[in-house]
Parts: sequence; C-alpha cells; structure tokens
Amino acid sequence: MKALLWRDLRLAVRAGGGFGLALAFFLILCTLVPFGVGPEGGTLARIAPGILWVGALLSCLLSLDRIFALDHEDGSLDLLATAPLPLEGVVAIKALAHWLVTGLPLVIFAPVLGLLLHLPGPAYPWLVLSLALGTPALSVLGAFGAAVTVGLRRGGLLLSLLVLPLYVPTLIFGAEAVRRGAIGADPGTPLLFLAAITLAVLALMPFASAAALRVNLR
Amino acid sequence: MSIWEYANPVKFMRASGAVLPWVAGGAVVCCVAGLAWGFLTPQDYRQGATVKIIFLHVPAALMAINGWLMMLVMSLIWLVRRHHVSALAAKAAAPVGAVMTLIALITGAIWGQPMWGTWWEWDPRLTSFLILFLFYLGYIALWAAVEDADSAADLTGVLCLVGSVFALLSRYAVNFWNQGLHQGASLSVAPGERMSAVYKYPLYLSMLGFFLLFLALVLLRTRTEIRRRRLAALLARENRA
Amino acid sequence: MSLLAVRDLAVARGGLRLVEALDFALAPGQALVLRGPNGLGKTTLLRTLAGLQRPVAGEVICDPDTLAYAGHADGLKPALSVAENLGFWSAVFGGAPVGPALAAMNLTELAARPAHMLSAGQKRRLGLARLAVTGRAVWLLDEPTVSLDAASVGLFAAMLRGHLGQGGAAVIATHIDLGLPEARLLDLTPYRAMPGRQADRPAGFNEAFA
Repeated sequence: MKALLWRDLRLAVRAGGGFGLALAFFLILCTLVPFGVGPEGGTLARIAPGILWVGALLSCLLSLDRIFALDHEDGSLDLLATAPLPLEGVVAIKALAHWLVTGLPLVIFAPVLGLLLHLPGPAYPWLVLSLALGTPALSVLGAFGAAVTVGLRRGGLLLSLLVLPLYVPTLIFGAEAVRRGAIGADPGTPLLFLAAITLAVLALMPFASAAALRVNLR
Repeated sequence: MSIWEYANPVKFMRASGAVLPWVAGGAVVCCVAGLAWGFLTPQDYRQGATVKIIFLHVPAALMAINGWLMMLVMSLIWLVRRHHVSALAAKAAAPVGAVMTLIALITGAIWGQPMWGTWWEWDPRLTSFLILFLFYLGYIALWAAVEDADSAADLTGVLCLVGSVFALLSRYAVNFWNQGLHQGASLSVAPGERMSAVYKYPLYLSMLGFFLLFLALVLLRTRTEIRRRRLAALLARENRA
Repeated sequence: MSLLAVRDLAVARGGLRLVEALDFALAPGQALVLRGPNGLGKTTLLRTLAGLQRPVAGEVICDPDTLAYAGHADGLKPALSVAENLGFWSAVFGGAPVGPALAAMNLTELAARPAHMLSAGQKRRLGLARLAVTGRAVWLLDEPTVSLDAASVGLFAAMLRGHLGQGGAAVIATHIDLGLPEARLLDLTPYRAMPGRQADRPAGFNEAFA
C-alpha cells in the first residue's frame, strides 16, 4: 500500500502536470471571473466563496481521468488486481494520492486566491477548513467516476457528467460554510455536514469503485 | 409460479405482449379523460387558469421520481439475481423517466412565469428536479458508452445505487441551501385537505393515466431492448459459426 | 497435491462461450503450454485463471495468493527507472530482492535507465523479471516471448526452468517452442464451445437472449 502511494506520488512529480496543472487552472479560473463579472470589490467579495469552491471542484475534476486510465493502458491495473492488495485498498490509496497532488495544494493556495477575489477577512480560516474537509470527498467521488469510466473511449467527458452531480452536496455545504464565515455567522452546521459527507464517502465509496473496476477489468 | 419466472426473456415477451395493449389503451383513456376533465375545472380564485397545469405537472413529477425508483429496484435485482430482463427494464425506464422530469421542469417554468414572475427560480424542489435530470442524463450516457452489455448493466447498476443516495442527499442539501417559494405537497394523506375535490379527482385520474403511460412506454421499450439484444446475440453467433 | 486445477471449466468473452469442458491439473514443477488459433480464448482462459473474470461454468481450484499473471502489457511506468519499476512490484508482493530478478533477465546494466528509454524487447524482459519478484508459485503467461530475440527467449526459458525446478508451475499461451521438453502441450481446439448447445447457465446477455 505504502509502495503504491509512493509510486503514484513519484509519478505525479516526474511526469509533470500533477501538482502544477490543477493549481494553475485554479489560478486562471479565479483570474477570469473578475473579467466576467466586473472589477467591483463588493460584487467579487459576495461571490468569492462560491467561485473559490467551484474553482476547486473544477480543478479537481481536471485530473480525475488519470487516476486509473494510465494504469489501465499500461496493464498495471490488471497486475494490481491480481496482487495481494485488496482492490478497495488500491482505490483508496489512489484517491489519497490524487488528493495529495491536487486537493492539498488547492487547500493551501486558496487563501491567496481569496485575496484576489476580495474575500472578506473572517472567511479565510473557514475557507481553508471547509476545503480541507471537503476536497477529500471530491477525490474519492472522482475516483468512483474514474473507475466507472476507465477503458471507455471518450471517457473524460462522460466522467464529468457522472461526477459533477455527485459533487452537489459537498459544494453546497462547503460554499455555505465560507459564505457564513464571510458574513460573520456561525459556519458550524454546514461544516459538520461537510465532514459527515466526507467521512461517509471515505468509508463507503471505495467499495463501489472497486466493484466498478472489477467489472471494467473483465 | 413465482414472479421470477418473468425474468426469462421468452416468458416476459409473451406476458408483456399480452398485457401491453390493455395498458396502452388504459393510458390513453385515463390521460385523455383526466386532462379533459382537468381542463373543464373552474378557475382557481387566486391562480386563475394557470392552476390547470397541475394536471400535467404533478403526474409527471410523480413519475419522474417513481421512474428513478423503478430503475433502482431493477438495478438491485440485476446486481443480486442477475436477471437480464431487469437490467434491460432499468435501461428502458431511464429515457422515459428523464422525459417525465423534463415535462415537470418545463410545466413548472410555464406555471412559475405568471405566478412567481420568473421562468426559473432556484427553489429547492425545482433544483432537486434539475439535479435528478442530470442523474438521468449521466445514467443514459453511461449505458450508451459501454460496449459490452453485461458490463454496461453492472456499471449502470452501481451508478444507480450511488446516484440514488446522492440524489436524496442533494435533495436535503438543497433544502438547507435555499428555503424556497414552492408550495408544499399538493396532495396529502394527512387530515386537513389542501386541495378542493374539484381539482383532486381529475388529478387522481391523470396520475393514473401517467402511471399507465409510463408503464406502457417502459414495457414497449423493454420489449424493444430484448429484441435488440436477441438480434445482437444471433448476429454474434452467426459470426462465430 | 496440485497447485492449480480446473474442473469442467467454461470461459466467455463478450457474453459468448469460447472454451468449455476443460479439465486439467498442474502439479509443482509442471508447465502447461496452451495452443490454438487466434481468437479461440487463450487470453480469456488465462484471465479467468487469474481471477480477473469469473468462469461461466465449472471451477478453478487454487489459492489465489499463489498466482502471478503476466498479460500482453507489462505494467511499466515510463517515468520510473527499471529498478524502481521492479522495486514497486517487489514491495507490493512482499519484498523479494530485485537484484537476482534483474540478473536473470540480463537487465542489471540497465537498472538506472528510465523505462521509456527501453526497447520493446527490453520492456518485455523487465515485465518478465517482475514474475521473479512476486514469489508466487503459479505463473500465468500470455504470449511471454513477444518481441524477444532468440537470446532473450533462452534467458526466459532458463528462468522458467529454474522456477519449475523450485516447485513452481506455469500456464503459458505461446506459439513458439520455448525449448522446454518437460512442458505439456494442451491444444484448446477440441474444447471450443459449440454454439447453440443448451447451457444451464447463460454466459451473459448474448447467450441469455439467443
């Protein structure tokens, strides 16, 4: 398991595109929004929580299809499925690697992009906390979508169609927590919901993903 | 004689072929009667003539949800008992359910324009239906994308299970997100009538009509899918011989 | 005591049976070479034995933790070096030393080279070296000698013989002569599934509706 995690991280660093790409996409997205809605600080401040969360979600989506597709192409997935690791564990580890490569950098750099969007001061800790609680769910759900669409031609587009509706609850609670933080209200309730979704998804989705992978390996 | 006998494609084809004309006929009669009766109801003192759209809106919304529920049950039967007909029935129900969802959304918009003064409102109920529609689209797209029929049935089955949980979760998340304008349930078994009998009985009739319509369409589509599968199987056998 | 046995096995691809009524057993030290024309189901049979897909009928009797599968693809990561690729699989399978496996397939000098700089034959050799670090008794090999030159085939045969000598076993789908006189030949042609024969359990959608 540890070996798999190290391999995936090493591949992400060496093959390039892993760490940098999602972050650059996030930056571009947050740069484009003011062009679209106008530079008034008030407007930006009001929509900043939503933009930051939607941006994180889309950046996460960008690299999802790589979770299993590369391993499927070169045959590693067949070999991993016959290895002594449980496939559920493989899925969980690969989702963890995806989170470390895309989710974690987003959590760390989101406050900087919050500055660009005039995010109100009190919201920053909640932005970081809500992203830290929510992005693991994005990776795990994304791994499910990737497992379902692995080996399909035109899988990437389908992947977004399958995964984005699954992101709705996470997005709602995540952005709501930041919004409440921004206006000085108590963001406790949405944060608790967010944590509950993430924990439930972490516990259950690897089984669904592994089942889908087994079907696709047949 | 157990219900699983109908999992045999041949028996299903025979039974559904016998039942289909009656279901289709019943659907036509009930839909026409229910909608005509609904059209002749008096105008509501507050909503005016727009109230009459509920005879389309409510039954369609009902079947949109029940369609997904049927897909869920059929997917479970396929995943647990591997009855091929049930997988095809789930596949057949998806487009019908998606269209029902679309009808509910469009009639809702048409009604909302004069009533709320806007075509679209991010109201929890409307939003949940939009999300349901997205789930339908994803499900249909996945069926279309996977080439091997057995794998497609398995993958869509798993997606349907996961999607059901998340559709429900989204429903409550959306409630939390926006309290909404939509009126409460139109019909309720609880005492304290919300709706006068003038509207209620034609509504029941068109609900029955929509249910029969849904059933007829799903039966027809399932029969088509079975024939298509049979054709593919015979062709595959031909190629190997 | 056999390492791997199959009883009345039938396998299917795309919902259609390919091979059926297959019976064989493999004792330690034995190798079985599968023969048969393309498309008969050799790959499907090996994948079924490996547990990647379920048999349609019959059973595969073995401990899944004794199987090592090697398919058409080698499962190599181009960005990792030869030693890293092999080290990963060694770690996954319980940490057998990488050195002897590299030596067996004459890869020691290439150990630091990234996999994307290897030739097709060198990649294949690395894929086969993986088998040695799995420490598993039964090797399931699908066309192992593709893109290998004569000398490399000799290396592989020597590695295989060593494996059999240590009480291992192998099922190999191949069309060339590996120079293993002790290997049994199994021609799958007589086991080809007869279309139209009534099956008690359909292999999939296609058979259920045919």
